[in-house]
Amino acid sequence: MNRRGFLALLAAGAAWADEPAPRVIPVTVHKFEFVPSELALKLGEPVVLELTTEDVHMGFDAPALGLHADILPGRVARVPFTPSKEGSFEFACDVFCGSGHEEMGGVIIVRA
Amino acid sequence: MQGIDRRQFLKVAGLGGLVFASGLARGADSYMQAQDEFFFVQLSDTHWGFKGAPNPDAAGTLPKAIAAVNALDPQPDFIVFTGDLTHTTDDPAERRARLAQFRELIGGLKTRQIRLMPGEHDASLDNGEAFKEFFGQTHYSFAHKGVHFIALDNVSDPAGRIGDEQLAWLAADLAKQPKDGRVVVLTHRPLFPLYPQWDWATKDGEKAIELLMPYKNVTVFYGHIHQEHHFKTAHIEHHAAKSLIFALPAAGSVPKRVPVGWDAAQPYRGLGFRQVEAEPDEYKLTELPVVKA
Repeated sequence: MNRRGFLALLAAGAAWADEPAPRVIPVTVHKFEFVPSELALKLGEPVVLELTTEDVHMGFDAPALGLHADILPGRVARVPFTPSKEGSFEFACDVFCGSGHEEMGGVIIVRA
Repeated sequence: MQGIDRRQFLKVAGLGGLVFASGLARGADSYMQAQDEFFFVQLSDTHWGFKGAPNPDAAGTLPKAIAAVNALDPQPDFIVFTGDLTHTTDDPAERRARLAQFRELIGGLKTRQIRLMPGEHDASLDNGEAFKEFFGQTHYSFAHKGVHFIALDNVSDPAGRIGDEQLAWLAADLAKQPKDGRVVVLTHRPLFPLYPQWDWATKDGEKAIELLMPYKNVTVFYGHIHQEHHFKTAHIEHHAAKSLIFALPAAGSVPKRVPVGWDAAQPYRGLGFRQVEAEPDEYKLTELPVVKA
């Protein structure tokens, strides 16, 4: 590697180091509830939702944000995203899990 | 996708209630003239086994609806139930008990031609196993007086998918039909994304619609959303039926998808069933109440 290439690599590394690590937001899911069910996010802040189920196969679906995950027992479903618009966005369980499934949901609130 | 202009279709029926007449695409007149007129009845979302404030007469509503169907004169050629025959339970024995009670109740219908399909409450917790024990296959097709009927299962997968295997079956079934033939699809969930925030969708429903698109005369009757609703995806019409247990609010009209409360002053309000008259060039839909006012 020549000197110019080495400096470019250093600069790229410095830029990468400046980027904050995404905030991890754990969400536990059980019949028939997301905990927490209200997620407050900051516009432009990268986050990772880490979803785990305490009982059966569940789903996480926020269609207005284009987010979806299957939440399988014993695994962590990771949903990385950076909010790019303000507002309130509903999410719901989209894997039928029993009586109470229909009321199972929450909201992502994005503010500047 | 587009909404239907109700003014195009709605007219007041002489017997009370509204008649919904949906026009078919033109261009197949000779084929349509060969069809016999008939009518069938659609019942949906009976949720047998439900208990709760949204319907204090939960055990009496389905019997009343059966009596109302039996009072029709003449009787329909056949009756369809578009899913959620029973209310879900985690107990497999209780699920079978509810299915057995439901089967016994509909044994009281005068019309003996009855077509059943599951909803997620019947089938999603055991992939349709109990339903099949009682009622057979969850997807199938049949012909009636020149109309090809297709029952699609979008609930045995708890994630609300039809699945590639059933889609391949659908493609093969449709391939035998003329492009200008009349096709009616019966299913539980909407095939189009009506309101995915409330799980009012079929995840791979667009694939089924794509397969249906080459057919000029396609109408879909479904349930799941517990209210009357009419919609078009290109030329394909989609008609949701009322429930026979409790009504649900219009999509997104309230923060949570919770049942509309029981109104003691107007019991059974928002509940009902549907009569579908297949005429040579249109379907006429009449919404009927559980109990006459």
